[in-house]
Amino acid sequence: MPNSGLADAAAATPGLTELFTGFLTVGLLGFGGVLPWARRMIVEQRRWMSAAEFTDLLALCQFLPGPNIINVSAALGLRFQGLAGAAACFVGLMAAPMAVVIAAGAVFARYAEVPWVRHGFAGLAAAASALVLATALKIAAPLRGRIDGILVALATLAAVAWLRLPLLPVLLVIGPAGIGITWALRIGQPRAASGR
Amino acid sequence: MNSTVLTLAEIFARLSLLAFGGGNAVLPEMQRQVVEVHRWMTAHEFAELYALAQAAPGPNMLVSTLIGWRVAGLAGALAATLGLTLPSCALTMAVASAWHRFRNAPWRRAVQAGLMPVTVGLIAAGALLLCQTTTTGWRTAALTAVATALFVGTKLHPLLVLAAAAALGAAGLLGG
Repeated sequence: MPNSGLADAAAATPGLTELFTGFLTVGLLGFGGVLPWARRMIVEQRRWMSAAEFTDLLALCQFLPGPNIINVSAALGLRFQGLAGAAACFVGLMAAPMAVVIAAGAVFARYAEVPWVRHGFAGLAAAASALVLATALKIAAPLRGRIDGILVALATLAAVAWLRLPLLPVLLVIGPAGIGITWALRIGQPRAASGR
Repeated sequence: MNSTVLTLAEIFARLSLLAFGGGNAVLPEMQRQVVEVHRWMTAHEFAELYALAQAAPGPNMLVSTLIGWRVAGLAGALAATLGLTLPSCALTMAVASAWHRFRNAPWRRAVQAGLMPVTVGLIAAGALLLCQTTTTGWRTAALTAVATALFVGTKLHPLLVLAAAAALGAAGLLGG
């Protein structure tokens, strides 16, 4: 694997146990989003990667499909300890939260009919919806002033939420369209006065 | 291994490779598959499981674990979770070293910038579909609006807001 050549890279290569315990901690601490915790552990506490390396890996995982943080854990484990490392990170990240969430689900299923549990859950669910709404608003912020991007976002929204079309055909049409529009308007014109 | 478990694995594996922009991007399709296509649960139950997964520690895609568990027990929980995570992990590991080389390639920027609005639309769709079932009256609508403002505008820990919302509900302040 080509070394990134960054001088402030990891001091020592983490072993399987360290990878496992590192991600175990992250999985258990990571309430309401694991990513900030993972970055803190990887970059600041254990210094497995520099901030730049982490950002680049995260960009890859955001670019590819799949849950971002889980992809980060697998790619990081692979880099240091091969497939066994990827497995150690993955299991460390997922095992404990899976056990917790199944236990919570079992408890909830048992007491779902108790009125105050049911009402409390209605409140929790409303706030959980808000969490997704807030995520959408936050990642939409860079679209401000980009009419083409806003139209692509609205077309996707309408196709999926209103028309309830299956995701695969939607992505096959809108994905290339979005990329093509971006290329035509913003990137394929080297002479255009851009901020870069 | 029964056919329901295999179906779960297959559905979530397909979602894994369609999840451009992270797990929340496939929330609408997950809901469509689980609620409309396979009729394993109602939209209301789906929203409940999503909320429960948000309140638990760990990656937010644990909703897959809960759905699998509800549909087919422990085997279902494993099938759904591994289905949603392993295909994309394999892909990530396969291209990780090539990625660095194309860091400044124009096509990489076009793909990233071009897919971003699609991800915005998908996550907004997921939010709307959840809101449709979790908004039961003006009180829950107001709660969702206030919580959204808090998540966007403040640095309050999300878990605090979730806990406060649950407490308001449990105290009977959100109506029947």
